[in-house]
Amino acid sequence: MITAERKPMEEILASVEPFSKILLLGCNECVTVCHAGGRKEVALLASALRLARLQQGAPLEVEELTLERQCDPEYVEELARDIDKYDAVCSMACGCGVQTVAERYAGLPVMPMVNTAFMGASEAHGIWAERCAGCGDCVLGYTGGICPVARCSKRIFNGPCGGSTKGKCEISPDVDCAWQLIWDRLKQLGQTELYSKIMEPKDWRTARDGGPRRIVREDMAL
Amino acid sequence: MKSDSKLEKVLAEGHFAVTGELGPPRGANLEAVKEKAAHLVNMVDAVNVTDNQTAVVRMSSWAVSLVLKEMGMEPNYQMVCRDRNRLAMQSDILGAAALGINTMLCLSGDHPSFGDHPQAANVHDIDSIQQLAMVKGMRDDGRFLGGDEIDTPPRIFVGAAANPFGDPFELRVLRLAKKVAAGADFIQTQCIYNLERFGEYMRQAHDMGLTEKTKVLAGVTPLKSAGMAKYMANRVPGMDVPADVVKRIADQPKDKQAEEGIKLLCEQIEQFKEMPGVAGIHLMAIEWEHRVPEIVERAGLLPRPQV
Amino acid sequence: MSEFEPVVVVFACDYCAYTAADVAGRMNLEYPPGVRIIRVPCTGKVDSVHVLRALEKGADGVLVAGCLEGDCHFKNGNLRAAARVKALQQLLDDINIGGGRVAMVHMSAGQGAVFAETARQFCESISSLGPNPIKRAARQAA
Repeated sequence: MITAERKPMEEILASVEPFSKILLLGCNECVTVCHAGGRKEVALLASALRLARLQQGAPLEVEELTLERQCDPEYVEELARDIDKYDAVCSMACGCGVQTVAERYAGLPVMPMVNTAFMGASEAHGIWAERCAGCGDCVLGYTGGICPVARCSKRIFNGPCGGSTKGKCEISPDVDCAWQLIWDRLKQLGQTELYSKIMEPKDWRTARDGGPRRIVREDMAL
Repeated sequence: MKSDSKLEKVLAEGHFAVTGELGPPRGANLEAVKEKAAHLVNMVDAVNVTDNQTAVVRMSSWAVSLVLKEMGMEPNYQMVCRDRNRLAMQSDILGAAALGINTMLCLSGDHPSFGDHPQAANVHDIDSIQQLAMVKGMRDDGRFLGGDEIDTPPRIFVGAAANPFGDPFELRVLRLAKKVAAGADFIQTQCIYNLERFGEYMRQAHDMGLTEKTKVLAGVTPLKSAGMAKYMANRVPGMDVPADVVKRIADQPKDKQAEEGIKLLCEQIEQFKEMPGVAGIHLMAIEWEHRVPEIVERAGLLPRPQV
Repeated sequence: MSEFEPVVVVFACDYCAYTAADVAGRMNLEYPPGVRIIRVPCTGKVDSVHVLRALEKGADGVLVAGCLEGDCHFKNGNLRAAARVKALQQLLDDINIGGGRVAMVHMSAGQGAVFAETARQFCESISSLGPNPIKRAARQAA
């Protein structure tokens, strides 16, 4: 899922400084899973904001609401009835949600409360790690199910580089060398011949390099 | 011949090749380049010019390569994948070739987090193996990576780096095979102190037919002190420095250690001369360029062949 | 403004700390009158927002009192609570309320004296920190 982390309080307080009444808006999907912007995190941040502003002598009214998803117009539409009550919407959703809300309620400031990070998976409770770079042309079938784009620090397709040390990446002993993982997995799968095949230069057009992307499903879009 | 590269000629004629290395300065300082380079004149067949090594900004390797060319030397123009996309690479290669820079080395490049601009975008449009294939395609097929014809193909003798002791060890020869298949005309290895293990690597390379297709230059670095030997042994990833090598240096009093290091190096070079499949050495005398003439002479490598 | 009597909310777990408080009561051990005890089945049930809401409502300090390490009836609820309190301390520092106003303590069911002493000490530290800053600000605004 998409992972995110709450912005530092200093930054958040600065961003809400001009406002007296805000809607603090959570999302029940990805940011809930990574404990960054779900119902609980909304409650916590709302309380912290109230306390902080009371302490400053400039009270802030914070209303709390969590939508099922902020990246779908149907859910964002639910805010229409009461949106004029607020000076701003402070969204705890990922960038996709923030933008969907901002687009729909274009006359109202919409402030991001989290820093959206990466597409990742849970390694353990409370630990998420980057797994997918959204390159648009998945090669996981050739690399034993381990992504060289997301997990190799140099997104090498014919790895490893000379910096691989005891299975770890040169940038940090906490980062696995993706190509060590790929090689080990190919051995497990009996697919080591795939290693010797030279993988051709990536066509980055299917990735963000080609420009902002869109998917249109003719069979779905009515 | 694939190029006008002096290194190619030296190797083709069967001479034991010697290459050196030069790190560009951290400023627009032409004199600094000329001073360092002066130590290497007539001492080596080609001089590697590093490319923003350790991800620290230095005068560009193509500019320094050109300076060496103008001094009558033969640059080995290093280009990393970290800083340039395929357009910039091919563009730089055309410029280099047009200016007579005819030897280059393809490398991944150290991660930006090691250097002075950790905030920089990490390019890696293509990797070093794809880069090798790209240069070969430009030269031999006269085509850009994108497929268009090149009106004057660059004639470049292209090489790659190899680390016989890097992790994962079992992959090292397979990786070498990939580089050769992609088009590496020559290989320069990381510095070697464990000759036995290196010999084993070369035997495997030979068994795979790689030594017929590419020229391997064994990397060597003189150990200046026991401190340096211990550092290399313990703190440099992928470096194999046997305990007896460290002991040999450490057993000497401090003022005799550098001399012992050079003695050791000369002995190693004698062994490399006899090792099948080893076509020469790549001498990396980091910040010790002024000792290169002495080393090369004592190792019996002078005079360099005039080709 | 002289010594004020801090209002301290104590979330005490049923299996240990609350029972210890009970023991303290029966032993007639004194602890400051501002201490308000809230009984919870396990300190692991205490959500971070409960602590913040207590402060929003004017508590000067919040204590989360749970079992000794390894003794939690629900395995590690006390450890979860401790981790939450640690994060809260940082959050409270970040918003200038002060992380010193919340703390996690551990004790066993029979430790009545420990409960009383801990409550006393915590109230003392809150006294020296002064009243909840939101009350100060409200007074200044008035």
